[in-house]
Amino acid sequence: MTTFDTIWNNHLVYTGGKGGLHSRDGGPSLIYIDRHLIHEVTSPQAFEGLRVSGRKARRPDLTFATMDHNVPTDSRSLPIIDEVSSTQIQTLVQNCREFGITLFDLASPDQGIVHIIGPQLGITLPGTTIVCGDSHTSTHGAFGAFAFGIGTSEVEHVLATQCLWIEKPKTFAINITGVRKNPHTVTPKDIILSIIRRIGTAGATGTVIEYRGNTISELSMEQRMTICNMSIEAGARAGLITPDQTTFDYIKGRRYAPRDVEFENMVDFWQENLKANRNAQFDKSVSVNIGGIAPQVTWGTNPSMTIDVTESIPYPEEFAKGNESETKAAVRALQYMDLSPGVHITDIPIDRVFIGSCTNSRLDDLMEASLVVKGRRVSSNVRAMVVPGSQQVKLDAERLGLDIVFKEAGFEWRESGCSMCLGMNPDILGRGERCASTSNRNFEGRQGAGGRTHLSSPIMAAAAAIEGHFVDVREWL
Amino acid sequence: MEPFRRFKSKAIPLDMVNIDTDQIIPKQFLKLVHKTGYGKYLFYDWRFSSEGKPIEDFVLNNVKYNNRQILLTRDNFGSGSSREHAAWAIRDYGLKTIIAPSFADIFFNNCFKNGILPIRLSQREVEYLFQNIDNVELEINLPAQEIIVTDSGNSKIMHFEVEESKKRILLDGLDEIGITLRYHPYITEYENRNSTKLPSYQKS
Repeated sequence: MTTFDTIWNNHLVYTGGKGGLHSRDGGPSLIYIDRHLIHEVTSPQAFEGLRVSGRKARRPDLTFATMDHNVPTDSRSLPIIDEVSSTQIQTLVQNCREFGITLFDLASPDQGIVHIIGPQLGITLPGTTIVCGDSHTSTHGAFGAFAFGIGTSEVEHVLATQCLWIEKPKTFAINITGVRKNPHTVTPKDIILSIIRRIGTAGATGTVIEYRGNTISELSMEQRMTICNMSIEAGARAGLITPDQTTFDYIKGRRYAPRDVEFENMVDFWQENLKANRNAQFDKSVSVNIGGIAPQVTWGTNPSMTIDVTESIPYPEEFAKGNESETKAAVRALQYMDLSPGVHITDIPIDRVFIGSCTNSRLDDLMEASLVVKGRRVSSNVRAMVVPGSQQVKLDAERLGLDIVFKEAGFEWRESGCSMCLGMNPDILGRGERCASTSNRNFEGRQGAGGRTHLSSPIMAAAAAIEGHFVDVREWL
Repeated sequence: MEPFRRFKSKAIPLDMVNIDTDQIIPKQFLKLVHKTGYGKYLFYDWRFSSEGKPIEDFVLNNVKYNNRQILLTRDNFGSGSSREHAAWAIRDYGLKTIIAPSFADIFFNNCFKNGILPIRLSQREVEYLFQNIDNVELEINLPAQEIIVTDSGNSKIMHFEVEESKKRILLDGLDEIGITLRYHPYITEYENRNSTKLPSYQKS
């Protein structure tokens, strides 16, 4: 069995066969949800639905809330000027109070991006099912959890029943082999971008990816999270990595994690039940050798439109490999991005740099970026910001003096939140501005209407801030 | 939810692959706390200029396509963000069915929660519909899982697959939470069993 199969089987509440609505073979099963994370943007309508129907939250004790999507990242002592955002934040506060849900609010030292704080607080555990009204819930798969994004109707469904009806996804093994020659400069972000580039944005639709191989085992938990985070960008329902000693060591001692004997018992259970099975049968599989990969940069308007930093912008036909619809999409992307085929990606001036998001705003990411920042200055043509993923990450980074390193170089050092990954707060690109971003989506208008996004690793984005354009950071270290 | 009824309409052609939910409903409209009124924001940044004026060559601004209830598009429609606001905007605009060769998973599920039927057809069938967009009228018959395609008096039928429980929820306009709550004994049994077996999962 695959790790996913084991988790699935452990969470079956009802599999049908006894009549009723969901009885057909191959139809959805009722799956228990162990952890439900909520935030201010996709939850108000769910709570309203509960109220209208006179329903309660079944397990408020398994539900955790924070505010991250639309929160400003300047000083927390300032009022929120955007009234609509402020209403949404207040609505979450009231809903959590009314339904008895733990909330890490703006004043809390535990506030942060929901996918950063879940693992950090030990809420995320191996073998669990985790949902959130946010597609990047796949991040938690790094712990060997089945973690996936849901819509608001499903948020309401989980609040009311602690379960969801799901058709069992297919399994997809991505076997990662090879040893990176430059592990400081060719990062997990480059690994996942190179995978999406290869399999496409719908390459994993309907599947749960299991990332396997020694290369994965050697990564830290934070690095694994970057990889699982972007599973959704390949269309996957979820992505996961079988837990190992690195996972258990990370979890031990965290606030909401099991303690003492209970922790030891759980480790026994995880080792016994979730261990990597070399003979597991997957519905599909692919092998990716990352031994020779270069730092990756996106040039277009979806994350599969990616090239090596040493390459030039591709011609649409070349990118689309003869597919007519994809050619049209590439032509449109080039137009939106204001780029011409044949131009080197390192020759394009950058206006903004964003280091942050649930993909790349953990301590490892900030340390990685700081390697090229120390003792250098941000280009005078660039406005660059660092948005730590949580208040805890911010504090940890400040203890290491990273805030000083970034600020002395001319970066803005801000409060935690989703920020310019999706630009729901005041951190947005102006029309036509071009940004090197460590986030996960380069869609049209994602970071602000008319804004142009190039996705990259933290160290590549940091180096772009210094030079004012992308550089092959392997030449720096 | 309103039961999904048989209807006839021509389709609106949106000839693009990989349309993500950021395009269907841009982020500036996600700050509202209700479920209705999003139709005017559907495809906002493609529909309106930065000054708020309609962009003429975008299909939704073409009067020819006004009041059509079917959207015809290409592969991987609805990718990206899980925002159900995308489905709310589509429903509120008056669209009842989306036809494409493939959809992204989360968006696909969100449609059924909102009375919208996403239909997967083969590349060949989708191409045929694009080629004949001005002539063909489509009648969506969900119970029979078929589209009756009428082109200048001639009809042909295109079959589609839909998972049985999703079909019943749409046809009967069912409250899925109400149904699940009837499984309460199974859920309680699961919780009791796990409280002993895996206590760490059942408490926080």
